[in-house]
Order: sequence, then structure tokens, then C-alpha cells
Amino acid sequence: MIGPQPDAGGHFGPYGGRFVPEALMSPLEDLEKAYFEARQDPAFRNQLDDLLRHYAGRPTPLYYARRLSESLGGARIYLKREDLLHTGAHKINNCLGQVLLARRMGKKRIIAETGAGQHGVATATVCALFGLECVVYMGEEDMRRQRLNVFRMRLLGARVEGVASGSRTLKDAISEAMRDWVTNVATTYYLLGSALGTHPYPLMVRDFQTVIGQEARRQILEAEGRLPDSILACVGGGSNAIGIFHPFIPDEKVRLIGVEAGGRGSALGDHAARFSGGSPGVLQGAYSYLLQDADGQIALTHSVSAGLDYALVGPEHAWLHDQGRAEYVSIGDREALEAARVLSRTEGIIPALESAHAVAEALRRAPKAPDEVFLVNISGRGDKDIDIYRENFPELDAG
Amino acid sequence: MPDNRRSRIQRLFERLRREGRKGFIGYLTAGDPSLDRTAGLALALERGGVDLVELGVPFSDPIADGPVIQRAAERALRGGASLRKVLEVAVEIRLTSEVPLLLFTYLNPVLRYGVEALARDAAAAGIDGVLLTDLSVEEAAVHVEAMRRHNLDTIFLAAPTSTERRLRLIAKYSTGFVYLVSRTGVTGESDSLSGAIAPLVEAVRRVTDLPLAVGFGISRPEHVAAVGGLADAVVVGSAFVRLIERNAANAALEIQLESLARELKHGFQLRPS
Repeated sequence: MIGPQPDAGGHFGPYGGRFVPEALMSPLEDLEKAYFEARQDPAFRNQLDDLLRHYAGRPTPLYYARRLSESLGGARIYLKREDLLHTGAHKINNCLGQVLLARRMGKKRIIAETGAGQHGVATATVCALFGLECVVYMGEEDMRRQRLNVFRMRLLGARVEGVASGSRTLKDAISEAMRDWVTNVATTYYLLGSALGTHPYPLMVRDFQTVIGQEARRQILEAEGRLPDSILACVGGGSNAIGIFHPFIPDEKVRLIGVEAGGRGSALGDHAARFSGGSPGVLQGAYSYLLQDADGQIALTHSVSAGLDYALVGPEHAWLHDQGRAEYVSIGDREALEAARVLSRTEGIIPALESAHAVAEALRRAPKAPDEVFLVNISGRGDKDIDIYRENFPELDAG
Repeated sequence: MPDNRRSRIQRLFERLRREGRKGFIGYLTAGDPSLDRTAGLALALERGGVDLVELGVPFSDPIADGPVIQRAAERALRGGASLRKVLEVAVEIRLTSEVPLLLFTYLNPVLRYGVEALARDAAAAGIDGVLLTDLSVEEAAVHVEAMRRHNLDTIFLAAPTSTERRLRLIAKYSTGFVYLVSRTGVTGESDSLSGAIAPLVEAVRRVTDLPLAVGFGISRPEHVAAVGGLADAVVVGSAFVRLIERNAANAALEIQLESLARELKHGFQLRPS
């Protein structure tokens, strides 16, 4: 049985922790204290619940994918529809929680990083909702891939700062956000979007995303009268996955399956599969499985999906992996794209490319699992990825 | 403790104290513009009056660095720099110089190398101490023990945001000196000095007798004058790195660097304004 995680220093087993320049250490202690106070405060919880319900659209449905399940002839597949939330992905759950915390702390300026743009859009949204200044750092490569989300953020009143260093993706956006934060820490709240980075972020983001798993647990018991056999979720930093996994961790018979980006191949630089291709190390505040070269330099990553394109996996996933409580697999670009097409055509649901990785793993496993129940987290909707789908399905775009 | 067990860094600050002088510390990103020029540039700093050289080991994701040192790290990595190669540079410097050398880098390259292996190899290469910008004192026990076993100093950062409780921990884990960050922010030059320096020096003074060096944003002789009036040593980094960036192709680069060091060091002779 796994004990309470993380410990007081933010460690999940050996992973996680707090590895940042000293100037950020006291602000992180303040943040942790403010968060623990907020977590105990019923007024905070009530306000968050109210916003999740009336603003974000919770609870999200648990939908039985009948045509998909029947076409595969195996497991009954249920989809947790986080794609139906306001702004189109699970990211809003965490943003609403953290923006309320920022307000409690008296911060007027919010900064964030974004990869696919979903967290940036969710951050811009909650800042608009509360009238706060918002700056979102985004790698230039991701800005190119996710143009629609860049425009949405600007329409919502946020400033989008392109980051031209390194691989010009999520990792570089986080570095730039951390540099902004260390410079403006007195006035600024850093609204980190995934279950990664330094303590207390992995804990806090997990707590705010756990609502996914809590709802899904109730819903599946109602629908099936039992727990699922397998839960599948994509893992970039890992916030949607830890959110749906967490309430099921004590249910040892429930298989927890995280799906990383297999990209275009198994060579370093061609994927973002940290468990099969990486080793433990420190990046941007946390110790976890990391894609790195022989000298400890961070490796470039690749995925067709910007939201999975990150060199480090969230530390709680590293712990679940080592404990054998969750398993982690990877799905390549092409298979994820195909899974998105299958789900679109059988269920009328166009998933985000990130979520399509989890769908692809379900497609692989379901035919071999008759009488089993699968729960797949559809963490976001695919509208933001339409340009990439068009590029990759040219036969649909003719004429 | 016999004198040969004292690091060059400790002996330096004892000498400075005896002579009533302030220390002048210079930072270079090793491998910029190339690995084979780094030893020569470090020696140029020494000729220009630098008392201690920080050898920056480039890291791909330098969250504590501003644009000047970020670009230097990118150039150095493209040129093949690594922790192992920087230790070779230290060996080269030691052929002709006893200037104290401090490795200045991030944690991950050290973890990958192996903390114990690094302590052993760095000591053998003539390195005197190690500063890891993203290693908090809370996470530092294994690192500190390994460095101690090999008689290497461990230097930690203190910041204007550090609480007294944290400053005590930082002082407890530091040997050689404590590195005070002049402002909350990343490395890089600035026009004027932060008002946070004097209160920070005072706060750290209250918790330790170790020498105090101040860095970040010090790039002009008048900054050196002002900080020299408060602390035991002054660190200049980005100003040197920027000069190297602009003059990398110039055959007189070493002479230019030496001149800049001398010009900045002259700041100690100025009256603090």
C-alpha cells in the first residue's frame, strides 16, 4: 500500500522535491502555506465548486462509446468528457483553483506557460473572469502549430510572449516563465499548468484535477455497478492522467495506464517517451524521469501533439511507475492521428491530439479484453488541432 | 586544520582579510567561444586582477540566467562543452596558475556525471568549490557530504527573498564564502544597483562570519565601488561574457578581457558614491 504522497518536502518517493534558485524558495514556501490554508477553508472550496459547476460546466458526462466498443468487439469503452468543459480541455479545473489562490494571496499579475495552448487559453480565461493582468509564454514552434489558441488568448486580453530559445516548445516556455517569476515574484503569481515543476505545484495541480477521477468513479459505479478494469489517459506533464488516476490508486485491481508520445521514432529527440527512453534527473524544479543526453543536457523531444512534447514526466507518475501501480506505454504520431479519425467517425467526437494517444491505446487493447470496462480520459477537444489534422489527412482536404 | 587541508578559496579570503582588500570574482561560461580558448581567458582574468574564477558549465535549460549567459551556454554546447571537458580546462589552468576555481552550474549535469565521481574528479582537476544554482539547501545533503569528502567548498546562494531561517541553513551548508544575489531575478548587467544589497548583506552578516560575495547586475566600476564598500567580494559575470560574445573572432580578445577586468577592479579604488 502506498503511503501519503508527497512528503513535507514535496517528494513522491525519491521524485519531485524543490530544485530552484534560492530567490524562489521563500516565495514557494509562501505559496505552499497559502495553498494549505485555502485547502482547509470551506469558503474557498465552495467558491471553486460553484465556478466549476456554473462557469466551467462540471460535472462532465461519462459517455458509453457504444459504436466504438461494438466495432472493436471487446471491452466496453467509456469516455470521460473533459473536452466538453469551457475552453475545451481539463486545464480549466486547475486554472480556476489557482486563480482563486492568487486572489487570496493578493497577486494582480498572472503568468503562465503553455504548450498546446490549452493551458494558456484557460489561464487567459480565468484572468479575464477576474480582471487580472495575464502574460502567457509560448514557444515559437508551438505558436506556429497552435495558431488558433494564440489568437484566442489575445482575444481574451492576454499578452502572448513568444519564446525563441532552445527547442521553442513547452520546456523553453517554462524556463522563460520561471525567469519572469524570479524577477517579478513580489507582484506575480505563476499559474503552472501541469503536475510538474517544483513543490507544491505537482501536489496542487493534482488536487485541482482530482475532480475528474472523483466524478468518474461515481459515474462508472452508477453505469456499470463496478469499477473499471483499466483507466487510460495521455501523459505530457501528466495532469489529466493524475487527475483521473488519483481516486483509483487504492483500488489495486484497477489498471492505470499512462500513454506518452512515441513521436516519429525511438531515437532520442524523436519522441517524448520518458519512461522507455529516459532516466531520472532534474528539470525546472523537479526530479523525475527525464530525456537527457550522456552529459546531462536536456534532450529535444518530438510529438505531433504539442501538449505531450516535454522532456520530464510529472514526479507522481515516476513514483507510480516505480511502485508498479501504474504502467506507461507510448503511442506514435501516426497511430494517434488514426485514432482521432476513428473516434471522430464512430462517435462524432473529434479529440485533441493529446487525448487521441489515450484513445489509440484503448483501440489496441479493447479487442483483447472482452467483458472488461475501459475508462478513457478525453482530456480535450480537437478544434485546436484542425490545422494539423488537415495537414495529415490531405485526402479529406481535396477540392 | 593544517594549511594544506584548506581550500584555495579559504586561503584567498584569509589573505584578503589580512591585507585589508576586497575580493574580485570573475565568471566565464567555459567553452565560449571554444573549449581551447577558455583556459587562456581565465588566465587573462587573473592577469587583470581577478582573485577567483567561476567556470560556468553550460546547461541546456539555464533558468537562473539572463540572455547574455543563455547565449554563451548555447554557443558552448554547440562547441561540444560538457562537465567532463570543463574539468580538462581546469587541469590546463592549473598547469600555470593557482587562482581559485569554482564550478558554477546546474544540478542535472552533476547528477548525470555522478555526485561522488564529480567530487573526486573535480578535486583531482584542481577545482576548489562547486555552486549549483538550482540546488536548494533542503536537497543538498548528499552533494555537500560528497564535496566535503574531497575537500571542496560548497557555495550556496542567498537572495533578497530569503528568510532568516533560510539564511541560517545557507550559512550552515556553505564553506569558503556565501554568494549573495543582489536582486531577485536572473543573471545580467543592469544600469543601477539594487537597493536590496545593503539589507541583504546585513541580514547574512547576522548569521555567519563567512566571507560574503555579491553578484548579479554588477557591470561597471562604480558598481564595484559601491558593493566593495558593503561586502567582502564582488562578482562580475555577464559583462565579461558579453565582451567575449562581441569579440570572439578578435585575436586580441584575451587582452581586451584583461583590460576590462582591470578597469572594473579599479572600481575598488573609487569612493562609493
